[in-house]
Amino acid sequence: MKKEIANWGNYPVIESDEKSFSYTDELDKLVAQPKSYIARGNGRCYGDASLADNTISTLKYDKVLSFDTEKGLLEVQSGITLDQVLDIIVPKGWFLPVTPGTKYITVGGAIASDVHGKNHHVDGAFSHHVIEMDVLLASGETLTCSPTENTDLFEATCGGMGLTGVIERVIFDLKKIETSFIKQKQVKAENLEEILQLFDTYAHYTYSVAWIDCLKKGKNFGRSILILGEHAKKEDLDDKQKNDPLQLPKKKQITFPFNLPSWVLNTFTVKAFNFLYYGKNFKKEINNVVSYEPFFYPLDAILHWNRGYGKPGFIQYQFVLPLQAKQGLIDILNRISDEGIGSFLAVLKVFGKQESLISFPTEGYTLALDIPVRKGLFEFLDELDQIVLKYGGRLYMSKDARMKPEILKAGYPHLDRFKAIIKKFNPDFKFRSHQSDRLLLTKEKDSKVNGTAVVLPKMEAAVK
Amino acid sequence: MPTVLLLGATSDISVAIAKEFGAHGYSLQLAARNTEHLLPIQSDLQIRYNVDCTIHAFDALNYDSHQSFFNSLSVKPDVTVCVFGVMYEEEDAWNDWKLTHRMIDTNYTGAVSILNIVAKYYSAQKKGTIVGISSVAGERGRQSKLIYGSAKAAFSAYLAGLRNKLFKDNVHVVSVKPGFVYTKMTEELPLPKPLTAQPEEVAKAVFKAVEKKKNTIYTKWMWKYIMMIIKNVPEPVFKKMNI
Ligand SMILES: Cc1cc2nc3c(=O)[nH]c(=O)nc-3n(C[C@H](O)[C@H](O)[C@H](O)COP(=O)(O)OP(=O)(O)OC[C@H]3O[C@@H](n4cnc5c(N)ncnc54)[C@H](O)[C@@H]3O)c2cc1C
Ligand SMILES: NC(=O)c1ccc[n+]([C@@H]2O[C@H](COP(=O)([O-])OP(=O)(O)OC[C@H]3O[C@@H](n4cnc5c(N)ncnc54)[C@H](OP(=O)(O)O)[C@@H]3O)[C@@H](O)[C@H]2O)c1
Repeated sequence: MKKEIANWGNYPVIESDEKSFSYTDELDKLVAQPKSYIARGNGRCYGDASLADNTISTLKYDKVLSFDTEKGLLEVQSGITLDQVLDIIVPKGWFLPVTPGTKYITVGGAIASDVHGKNHHVDGAFSHHVIEMDVLLASGETLTCSPTENTDLFEATCGGMGLTGVIERVIFDLKKIETSFIKQKQVKAENLEEILQLFDTYAHYTYSVAWIDCLKKGKNFGRSILILGEHAKKEDLDDKQKNDPLQLPKKKQITFPFNLPSWVLNTFTVKAFNFLYYGKNFKKEINNVVSYEPFFYPLDAILHWNRGYGKPGFIQYQFVLPLQAKQGLIDILNRISDEGIGSFLAVLKVFGKQESLISFPTEGYTLALDIPVRKGLFEFLDELDQIVLKYGGRLYMSKDARMKPEILKAGYPHLDRFKAIIKKFNPDFKFRSHQSDRLLLTKEKDSKVNGTAVVLPKMEAAVK
Repeated sequence: MPTVLLLGATSDISVAIAKEFGAHGYSLQLAARNTEHLLPIQSDLQIRYNVDCTIHAFDALNYDSHQSFFNSLSVKPDVTVCVFGVMYEEEDAWNDWKLTHRMIDTNYTGAVSILNIVAKYYSAQKKGTIVGISSVAGERGRQSKLIYGSAKAAFSAYLAGLRNKLFKDNVHVVSVKPGFVYTKMTEELPLPKPLTAQPEEVAKAVFKAVEKKKNTIYTKWMWKYIMMIIKNVPEPVFKKMNI
């Protein structure tokens, strides 16, 4: 049935005929239709990666097929969400090897975006933990691929944004834990220089991420809070926690009811930051033991917080710059604070080394910030793109709704090989999205393929 | 631990009901005509809830097989939930007796055939609970649900009669009347969000109704009042409505 859908940034909003399936043979039948499709997980990418005229929702394809509690291997259908996975594995003493900042994404989405967590410098990205997976190809054939089998399919599916086919069954490995708690350390940094220094100092921590206040100038430019964590051992817990060391967090959620103007959310996040930063109890450093939930998923406590950005939606701008390009980080933060575009907080992380075909993570600093959509924004972001390129960086496709194809090309050195593999497994572009057309991955420049021209909603329309 | 039997276990509503009972520690018996489809559901329930879960071939339209199907269950269920059903396009059914017949047979005849067998067993045991998933479509006959509605009406009447018949034997019968539910059956229909339940909501309501021995439940709850209004429209007016 046709309906309006959008991903997490609420931009763009498109009309799509969304189909779902519960069983593998139902998926086979769907894909055999003479139409083009893109797989859609939980719509937590921000832009247009899982949007298309025809989408296949994987959310009902969410069964657990096997769980080896000795070796820590989980075999699932791709539509299961990470929150369900956690409910299953945590009480048995296992954790996700890699998790993004929300648990409401599917395993298929985790692979297709090759998502990263706060432990990238230690554990790599999600695909690094995929033992094998089945991918339904445009031909109707299902191929099993892994780091050693059908390797071209495997490497182009990891981070490949659904363009090789539909990921069906996945086996991935888990991380052993003694407790479901996190030993957390929060450290205040006065400025950018200090926070980058702190990342170095604490590089041995498994989890690390920083919140940066983008609006501060002068000597407090880049003031931030570094958040570090390790899985707690039993002896780290207090008596109450020790009663049930592998307990699941209580399920409490408030839903953001409707679209609010963006200042509401901004005011809220800034208050939260300032509270932490200036709070009476906040010394230079805080150490405590917390449940994994607030540590990994602070934003998940408010379901649909994205509505706080109002109707026009927002863009999450995320890029990575090589470690030696600190100046680039400074240039970009300066441009953002000059522009006063209203994103007050940004998330900063250091990626470790990663060799991959088309995945986003590569060694360096990655910064992500939310910016409400409004007139002039896209021109401004085009400018930022140039700075990113100048310093040898790239943008994250999973967050993207607007980058130009040249920017993708310049940022991803193996793009041609990626395209060749798409051509091999998806020769007629049966699998294509708004994004893949916009980025000319499944479309030639300015030509119409299969008669469907992609018209992105106009900015003016979006801001009205 | 008690056991629940789900008839029509490949359906979206049944999967949700199985999870709800599984989460409460029930052993699960999944019965459906496509047992291949039951395999992933089985492993999923076993792993999520650490419960026993078995698979059984069952076709509602194969009446002759129903007794042997029930006999073959080595553990007899404490609760039996009849979920299967079909809803074809009324226009197609109008033009094709076979479809009409199958819609009646699946939603009504098949249900009566298997539930009679279960009911007799429960009567003899002096315990047991039967749940039937009927529909608000059975509350009043109308053109847009001509055959489906009348078959569900018959099923609802059967469930009510069964409740009455079995009361003396300490057997409880729950009639479930969902309004709209987001499932495969309704995927192509534009459903009004405030009136449409997720299968999980139906499942929670069913579990509660079993525990609390409720007689008839509507999901979502407002359907009770919507149907009250619809049932009270005078026939001379109702017959002229395009409904
Ligand atoms: C609050 C928040 C925090 C986040 N934090 C992080 C973070 O820390 N790190 C990070 O890396 N990302 C992060 N993300 C982004 C998110 O993890 C990714 O966008 C993820 O891919 C979303 O998965 P999804 O299941 O919602 O899929 P969708 O958003 O629906 O789709 C994403 C992509 O995956 C493809 N896809 C989905 N399922 C399949 C399948 N079965 N087969 C083939 N292709 C498929 C789609 O085609 C699309 O290209 C965050 C997002 C939010 C909302
Ligand atoms: N969705 C709604 O809005 C709604 C509203 C009110 C009531 N209901 C009722 O809820 C029940 C469940 O439906 P659903 O919404 O979950 O839709 P569904 O997913 O389409 O389920 C229908 C189920 O009935 C099974 N079935 C059909 N014929 C059968 C037969 N001969 N033998 C055995 N099983 C058979 C199907 O099995 P296969 O997988 O083998 O096809 C399928 O599992 C139905 O009784 C329906 O009438 C639904």
